[in-house]
Amino acid sequence: MANASAADTAATAHDDHPRGLKRYLFSTNHKDIGVMYLWFAVIAGIIGFVMSLLMRIELAEPGVQFLTAFTSGNEDAAYHLYNVLVTGHGLVMIFFMVMPAMIGGFGNFFVPIMIGAPDMAFPRMNNISFWLLPPALILLVLSLFVEGGPGLNGFGGGWTIYPPLSTKLGHPGPSMDLAILALHIAGASSILGAINFITTILNMRAPGMTLHKMPLFAWSVLVTAFLLLLSLPVLAGAITMLLTDRNFGTAFFNPAEGGDPVLFQHLFWFFGHPEVYILILPGFGMISHIISTFARKPIFGYLGMAYAMVAIGFIGFIVWAHHMYTVGLDVDTKAYFLFATMVIAVPTGIKVFSWIATMWGGSIDFKTPMLFAVAFIALFTVGGVTGVVLANAGIDQAMHDTYYVVAHFHYVLSMGAVFAIFAGFYYWVGKMSGRQYPEWAGQVHFWITFVGVNIIFFPQHFLGAAGMPRRYVDYPDAYALWHQVSSWGTYITAIGLVWFLGVCVYTLTRGRRCGDNPWGQGATTLEWTLASPPPFHQFNQLPRIK
Amino acid sequence: MSGKAQHDYHLVEPSPWPFVGSMSALVMAIGAVFWMHGTAWGPFVFWAGLAGVLYTMYEWFGDVVRESRKGEHTPVVQIGLRYGMILFIASEVMFFVAWFWAYFNASLFPTEQMGAVWPPEGIETFDPWHIPFINTLILLLSGTTVTWAHHALIHGDRDGLKKGLAVTVGLGVIFTGFQAYEYAHAAFGMSSGIYGSTFFMATGFHGFHVIVGTIFLAVCLLRADRGHFSETKHFGFEAAAWYWHFVDVVWIFLFMSIYVWGAGAVAH
Repeated sequence: MANASAADTAATAHDDHPRGLKRYLFSTNHKDIGVMYLWFAVIAGIIGFVMSLLMRIELAEPGVQFLTAFTSGNEDAAYHLYNVLVTGHGLVMIFFMVMPAMIGGFGNFFVPIMIGAPDMAFPRMNNISFWLLPPALILLVLSLFVEGGPGLNGFGGGWTIYPPLSTKLGHPGPSMDLAILALHIAGASSILGAINFITTILNMRAPGMTLHKMPLFAWSVLVTAFLLLLSLPVLAGAITMLLTDRNFGTAFFNPAEGGDPVLFQHLFWFFGHPEVYILILPGFGMISHIISTFARKPIFGYLGMAYAMVAIGFIGFIVWAHHMYTVGLDVDTKAYFLFATMVIAVPTGIKVFSWIATMWGGSIDFKTPMLFAVAFIALFTVGGVTGVVLANAGIDQAMHDTYYVVAHFHYVLSMGAVFAIFAGFYYWVGKMSGRQYPEWAGQVHFWITFVGVNIIFFPQHFLGAAGMPRRYVDYPDAYALWHQVSSWGTYITAIGLVWFLGVCVYTLTRGRRCGDNPWGQGATTLEWTLASPPPFHQFNQLPRIK
Repeated sequence: MSGKAQHDYHLVEPSPWPFVGSMSALVMAIGAVFWMHGTAWGPFVFWAGLAGVLYTMYEWFGDVVRESRKGEHTPVVQIGLRYGMILFIASEVMFFVAWFWAYFNASLFPTEQMGAVWPPEGIETFDPWHIPFINTLILLLSGTTVTWAHHALIHGDRDGLKKGLAVTVGLGVIFTGFQAYEYAHAAFGMSSGIYGSTFFMATGFHGFHVIVGTIFLAVCLLRADRGHFSETKHFGFEAAAWYWHFVDVVWIFLFMSIYVWGAGAVAH
């Protein structure tokens, strides 16, 4: 320690930490900030889930009969409300649930520990990355309750906020502007977080921990942080153009004055495609740890696994227009984006087969995290395979904006990203809180959720293949059966969510005390060498990695 | 594991500024939205929020300087600060990519609505070899004067450091002045279709970055005057210089693509 002073000593002493509200409001501790992120994600996840529940109740039967209850019988307002719910569900789940849970929560708590660092590189900036999120969520929730569409509350143009729906033409009210600034603030939070993670991982690894010895979760967060750093500013530019088109007379997306609505789609998806990898890559990292731990084998093909994520991250930047096959791109452009998109299947396949190879011949213990991880591999692969189908520009002409797409991305997100988050929660909750969840209760949660989400989304493939368009409040009777089944799945999943919250409360209040390493010899990363929960500042003496 | 830290990392003390700054950003955003929609209280709320954000920056960056003076910025922490600044500039580069993308989207594929030519019909552009070229020379010169300041600092010549910085700040102010003059004499406005949109937003965001960079350098000048920075440890200065070079490079691309390549019939 080069600069020992009285204050330094006090701050680094064991278990001596700020008390009360200040501990969190003014925090500079990566574990406290990580825990705040996780709580925030739980709250946002409940908001996002309730939105989807309202949608599924409405869609359970043809006709519009449920949402009118919220609009005093006004059907136009009910249609708009449905669109607002679709938009809100997407934005809340992506920006305020998955990203805060994976990167902010697990990333903050475990990346410094895994690389043998005492904290993040910029602990104070870490806290503004978190504290910018509640204001962003407040702005987004506020946008639901002020005028958006003419005479109607909220923005209903979908999470992709395409013009002209997102310009004054489609939504003249302040709702859209609130949503834009919510995205600006959430984006600033993520960019600062990305800078922090990259600096931490590149500069603060313990002696002996070369990049090629670094745990895969840290690798996944490193790649994710680069994607955030380089893609989010482009979204910031695009939504700034939207803001000035709406309020300051510019014409970026107004064809009458030489602007181009397709420009927005390019800018949006140049961000949006890396974004979908941002949502899944940390999950890849967590799943690798969990599979290895519960198969009691080192991960198969470690370096291949690390560089597969680097490859996915890189290719993720050059495939964006596969979201735009129906806007009138010329055939050569479509051929390029088709080909480039299919290439992603190669590194992704490396990961899936390496997970399977890790389990092969292992001594597998099907604890709750492992159940979620194995289900992740199977179900994420289903979503990956339908992704390869959709990558075909020709097929996508028919599939674009149908429920087939909805089923596809919910298999990779609701059963990919969210299963990874649940797997990570059960894997690490003992480490983070010092109390272990009841194993049987975790397994019940897994089975309810597994059955529920598959019943929601598998039938949506059939709906989409039959031509059911997404983002519609009503549908012909021919689609009624699978819509009804899908809604049943949501009710089952709702039971699973309530069960999960119960498990959380039980674990945190009455869970049995958790030892340093509850998982045995398969758990080899540095967090299992610390107490549960870890001391306020770990690694006052840096660990040495052989 | 307990006891005194045996490493050189900087474990920052708890700080109110992230929370205060975030809440100010919320106030500012709400004020901005309702100002744009003509609500009477909008501007007051916006300015209050902005004041909070600026005050947060003042105190926060002040804390960073104070911590540096206390010796918290050990060599490994300084490397971290370098990474941080490089990554921040990388994100800024990507922000400008969006504006250049909009510009080339419009200029390489001019639509029927603008007469299928670039610049669009009816737009009189600036003569690139007039004020824009002078501004290019000013920024290039300022890149050399900031290097003069840097070399003076490395060689312990504090007077040279202050002179070099003062000249750089002065050149930054002159650039901004010329840019404001040019804006005031433009033959088109921000709402004159896609040309005005791309021109004013791209050069406007650049101008904003020049102002930020000028303030950053001015703070360095102030710190140099107070005896901060040593021959070997002066990352605050280097960060400002990097930022200034970044702003300079963005201008070169703006000058080449918007002013020179995109020039059409010239006003007067």
